[in-house]
Amino acid sequence: MSERVGIVAVAQTKFSPKRGDVNVAELAYEVIERVLNETGLKMERDIDNSISCSHDIWDGQTISNIGITDVIGGHLRTEEKMAMDGSTAVYYGAIGILSGEFECTLLLAHTKMSQTDRNVVNNDAFEPIFSRMLGLDFTSAAALQCRRYMERFGITEEQLAMAAVKNLANASKNPSAYNFGNYSVNDILKSAIVASPIHEMEMAPDTDGAVAMIIASEKRAKKITKNPVWINGIGTCYDAYFLGDRDLTECTALRRAAAKAYKMAGIDNPLKQVDLVELSDEFSYQELLWCEGLGLCDLGEGGKLVESGMTMLGGRIPVNPSGGLLGGVPANVMGLNRVAEAALQIMEVAEDRQVEGARTAVAQGHSGFCGQHHCVIVLGK
Amino acid sequence: MKRNVAIIGGGQTHHAARRHDVSQPEMVHEAVLAALEDAGMTIDEIDAVILGNMEFFEGQHMTDCWLADSIGAYGRSGVKITTGGTVGATIIHAGAHHVASGLFDKVLCIGFEKQEEGDTNAILSAVAHPLFGRSMAGAAVGFFAMLASSYMANYGATEKHSAMIRVKAAENACKNEYAHLKLTITVEDVLNSRMLAYPIRLLEMCPASNGACAIILADEKTAKDRCKKPVWIRAMDTAHNEQFVLEWRDTKSTSPRFSEVSASRIYKKLGVKDPKSYYDVIEVYEPATWAEIMWYEDLHLCERGEGFRLIEEGETNIDGEIPVNPSGGVLSTNAIGATAMLRIWEAALQIRGDAGGHQVPKEVRRALATAYGGTCWTALTSLSNSTDD
Repeated sequence: MSERVGIVAVAQTKFSPKRGDVNVAELAYEVIERVLNETGLKMERDIDNSISCSHDIWDGQTISNIGITDVIGGHLRTEEKMAMDGSTAVYYGAIGILSGEFECTLLLAHTKMSQTDRNVVNNDAFEPIFSRMLGLDFTSAAALQCRRYMERFGITEEQLAMAAVKNLANASKNPSAYNFGNYSVNDILKSAIVASPIHEMEMAPDTDGAVAMIIASEKRAKKITKNPVWINGIGTCYDAYFLGDRDLTECTALRRAAAKAYKMAGIDNPLKQVDLVELSDEFSYQELLWCEGLGLCDLGEGGKLVESGMTMLGGRIPVNPSGGLLGGVPANVMGLNRVAEAALQIMEVAEDRQVEGARTAVAQGHSGFCGQHHCVIVLGK
Repeated sequence: MKRNVAIIGGGQTHHAARRHDVSQPEMVHEAVLAALEDAGMTIDEIDAVILGNMEFFEGQHMTDCWLADSIGAYGRSGVKITTGGTVGATIIHAGAHHVASGLFDKVLCIGFEKQEEGDTNAILSAVAHPLFGRSMAGAAVGFFAMLASSYMANYGATEKHSAMIRVKAAENACKNEYAHLKLTITVEDVLNSRMLAYPIRLLEMCPASNGACAIILADEKTAKDRCKKPVWIRAMDTAHNEQFVLEWRDTKSTSPRFSEVSASRIYKKLGVKDPKSYYDVIEVYEPATWAEIMWYEDLHLCERGEGFRLIEEGETNIDGEIPVNPSGGVLSTNAIGATAMLRIWEAALQIRGDAGGHQVPKEVRRALATAYGGTCWTALTSLSNSTDD
């Protein structure tokens, strides 16, 4: 990019299964207040526009950003809502700043999964004519993707469980995580089957929570903080919709989104040039598959990559030092949480989960079943 | 913006209450093909695709995913944005940001709604706060009924003025081949139509339409190389009112109103002193007749409380001093996700001189398009045939 955009502050709620004490706006305000206080920025004076990520259907409110207009600074000002994963707020926010229209933007993603039923919501993403009546949801679709992945490349249950073991252990070092612990591969494989071959402990649990972030133009970012994190590359891409139209193990959209972000960031060998990756693993198999899509290993080599220990905290390229989504991150919030965790690493404030000498990080988010739309963000010092 | 952005092509469907012949992807595909043909492009040339629609209106979660193939998003960059009735304009603003950023040269923007697949009144009532507003929510009709009652009580306008707005919309829509409702009606017909919520009658409220609109935006070099009549986006502005600030529904309230605040800002950006002479045509988002009268005032075409005089004097007729909604407006066509984009597209067609039967009978250099979302916010877009202003 000719000009850079910087992340100047991030805040995350602790994720928990049910936040009955707050409504969506109050939940959002917890993190908005923190990023404003941390930077000393004032909404009216300093924030040019706001972007939120959420879905009406999760929020149970039509055009649901109407419910957060006040807390996000929308009153008499510019606020836009994206009905996508939170990572796209960083993508579109950065584009807004590069366009010259805005200099400082507040980003937000929020979901209270406890307010509704994920299977019903997910089923509504299947179109009403051919597939909704089959009862498909994101979990059953993921099971098809996982099975295809195992069959095509000989990926084993144990290799998938190893990703879950690593991430649940990493999550115990993350104060935002709700689900964590030191488990064995055997523990994972003994947990109930949710949709064969996916086990309960290999699936992100439902939680409530929010993440806020402030990004700014290079000039403004340097004035706001001594320690900005630069957004060096961004990329998005859609895959085809119908499951039968895709080879679910090809990661076509992720590879294209990553190629765009890497090109912008000057990365041609991610394994050498990237210090850590935060990716959206709603299910443990997605970590292996997305590692392939992000070019950390060849097609079909995701199982060997996790077995090698390279992706562990302390390994050559730690993947999800935060614990990833298995630690419990709400739908839609997950991508902004990935970017936030990657930013904390570059700021070197990730405490117990800090990757030593982290200078370049990759964050990934996706929308739609089996990762139909991918968004990749490259961050650097 | 760091780069100039132009509309280099666009298209729309023929809007209708029923489109049983097509699915949502098939219907939207019609507008995409029309836009590509208008721009003389193939989908392979498009760098990014941006879609706008509200998932509750059709009960479909993640419409962008379902439509990815039919809108040409497969294998391309793209995002989905949802801001209510404003979304068609928000999508254009997002597309303009994409092009101005220098990362994309050609961006396809799409707004659509297939309202027959849902229940608009029920869904619009769900805009209200679940604890404090929903039990008494009356969708858009209830909201505009309050506004209209207040306006009549405060300024002496009558139901006849509202009916005149409706008749103007109908007369213009009859000249627009794409309009949904093409009615031959009189002021008496409007005043005799069924009462929905006093003083709003059936004919004074917009219809529920099925339809889509697509617009292709490009950078200056592409626009000049590829397009004979590029229409330039000169300024954009968005403003909301917080939902519990109910006071501004009293038309005499001195609290800042989103529409007036946004208009003042966009005029300041462009150095507009007298919008009535600066603009040659205006397309407003008027879900109800009374909203058009409010727009006259909020856009400073007249003083506060004088809006109904403009329609009385015919100033906003297609051949008037400042034509408003020569397309027939939202009262004639309302496919919500497309509606605000249609305002921009119709304004662009006027600047190009390509509006056909509803082309205003004078030279059009500049046009303003408004939007209306969630009953309390707007996104304004100012267009010109030149990059000089």
